[in-house]
Amino acid sequence: MISLAGRDIIHSWGKFVFTGFGLGLLIGITLSMAGIYRGMVDDARVLLDNSGADLWVVQKNTIGPYAEPSSLYDDTWREIRGMPGVKQVANITYLTMQVAKDGSDVRAMVAGISPGTPGTPGWPPLLVAGRHITRSHYEAVADVATGFKLGDVVRIRRNHYTVVGLTRRMVSSNGDPMIFIPLKDAQEAQFLKDNDAIRQQRRRTAANPAFNRPAVPGLLEAAVATQSVNPFVNAVLVQVASGHNPLTTATSIRRWKNLTVYTRAQMEEILVGKLIATSARQIFMFLVILSIVSSAIVAFIIYTLTQGKIREIAVLKLIGTKNRTIIALIMQQSMALGAIGFVVGKISATLFMAPIFPKYVLLLPLDSVIGFIAVMIICILASIISIRAALKVDPAEAIGG
Amino acid sequence: MSMKGIRIEGLKKRYGSGDTAVDALKHVNMHVEAGEIVGLIGPSGSGKSTLLKCLGAVIEPTAGKMVLGSDIIYDNGWRVRDLRALRRDRIGFVFQAPYLIPFLDVTDNVALLPMLAGVSNAESRKRAMELLRELNVDHRAHAMPSKLSGGEQQRVAIARGLVNRPPVILADEPTAPLNSDRALTVIRLLNDMAQKFETAIIVVTHDEKIIPTFKRIYHIRDGVTYEEKGEGRSPTEMAT
Ligand SMILES: Nc1ncnc2c1ncn2[C@@H]1O[C@H](COP(=O)(O)OP(=O)(O)OP(=O)(O)O)[C@@H](O)[C@H]1O
Ligand SMILES: [Mg+2]
Repeated sequence: MISLAGRDIIHSWGKFVFTGFGLGLLIGITLSMAGIYRGMVDDARVLLDNSGADLWVVQKNTIGPYAEPSSLYDDTWREIRGMPGVKQVANITYLTMQVAKDGSDVRAMVAGISPGTPGTPGWPPLLVAGRHITRSHYEAVADVATGFKLGDVVRIRRNHYTVVGLTRRMVSSNGDPMIFIPLKDAQEAQFLKDNDAIRQQRRRTAANPAFNRPAVPGLLEAAVATQSVNPFVNAVLVQVASGHNPLTTATSIRRWKNLTVYTRAQMEEILVGKLIATSARQIFMFLVILSIVSSAIVAFIIYTLTQGKIREIAVLKLIGTKNRTIIALIMQQSMALGAIGFVVGKISATLFMAPIFPKYVLLLPLDSVIGFIAVMIICILASIISIRAALKVDPAEAIGG
Repeated sequence: MSMKGIRIEGLKKRYGSGDTAVDALKHVNMHVEAGEIVGLIGPSGSGKSTLLKCLGAVIEPTAGKMVLGSDIIYDNGWRVRDLRALRRDRIGFVFQAPYLIPFLDVTDNVALLPMLAGVSNAESRKRAMELLRELNVDHRAHAMPSKLSGGEQQRVAIARGLVNRPPVILADEPTAPLNSDRALTVIRLLNDMAQKFETAIIVVTHDEKIIPTFKRIYHIRDGVTYEEKGEGRSPTEMAT
């Protein structure tokens, strides 16, 4: 027996290739969408991995520092350092903002990292070029995705920073590239008011008789000084010594300090389950809509192709073709269309779509397998209408009136 | 009565029921011997197509009897279970339009029937080629149907009707789209085939050109058949 579906496809290959191509672009978008979701999850994981922390100590009852604002006094770390199982602690600040260079700006997450040596929690683990920050002010390490180069001078708020090192794939959970600057600078940037506001605050303080006492020289200066520094950080990153269970250490920090502590797994749950949950739902909706559109297209095309073959189907039935053969003819064509579409989709997603999407698109082989199965199921379902129509064809039609 | 050919006795077919019922066949008697070709002639709406559909087992008669060879296939109800297999193995169809499968080449259009019956591809194609040669279209064996002339298409359709060596061929206006010469050629081919393969052939026609070739003709009027002797002229002589 010959493959009727195969012969028909070869005969009208133009139709199949063109529709398959259109369908392929849709499938490509669908795969890219799934890839964007995977990329977001991966961004979140990379962020957590690169922070080098086992535990995140944040403001009580917040899910900071990534998903909610959190602030802690910048000396909190001293007390945590002494707790059992703690190997290293470091303050960290995060601030997502526009970073300017030569009139243009990029969105970036600015991380303020504690002074220390490479390996300190919060420090970028690997540089692709340049060196780590060595001075305590006005140096920056930027991710290559910012477009900055070594030696570039970038502006964060009112200060200028020289890019001394470059990282790769250091991103926020939003996919924004990261820029690392010294903690003190970052604290200032987070807290910085404009000159007018500073002057006004000084005037108010000076006008307050409680601070401006002629009898107590220096009091006003001290009061003003406390107002112009930012004693807060967003989180304390904790590295647990090997051999210690992070959970136990977390429990003891919680017991001694009035703070909230998250383990790596909990933090991931917050990022994936809460921070990117809305985007994930959005992507899921897109996937559903794209699947429906794809099935409608396949169903329509197969239906049109089948309608164009009603005469032939009547003849086939008249000369004794089994229903099974006719079902196979239609279903195989539908699946062939899906297969062409999938190949086109996979290629276009990998070669054209993923590289041009601004977000990181992570195409997992497993998603491709799931995608392929889904496409095949959709194609089989989409051929049902046509199969029903074909089975209803009366062989008597071939004889005519 | 021989054990081959077709025999129809008192066949009735009513379409619909109640007020809208149409008695398309009221009383049909007919017999066609193996190797014989008969004409079936009647005005429009007289029941010709209905009769072919009953005999071709695509619609069910209302009453009567149909015998194919030594088998009663209908006797106030179907007497065969698998009508598809009956059509595939024992009845050849030739239609007014050739209705070839557009995505199969000439050989496979013909070879499809034995293939459907489970014959191997190679053997099916061999049988197809033999018939195509017989019908003088073997030079177009690998062409697609759309590339053939009307006459060539019709000859391929005849080859398809014959390839499973059915004891019965039902032809519904097989010469309608053809000019006089080609029409006579088709009839000559059907005559040859009838004799060569001992096939009983019924040709429904309006075609004045070919009516004189039948030895026997059935007239059908308002669903009732009347047998008549035909001129029985040779199509080869008529063509010259
Ligand atoms: N499916 C049907 N339902 C109801 N009536 C039908 C049906 N098919 C045919 N008829 C009626 O049965 C009668 C015989 O029709 P049939 O098609 O057999 O005629 P015919 O001899 O083939 O005519 P023509 O030469 O025009 O093809 C006609 O009156 C027709 O209207
Ligand atoms: Mg008719």
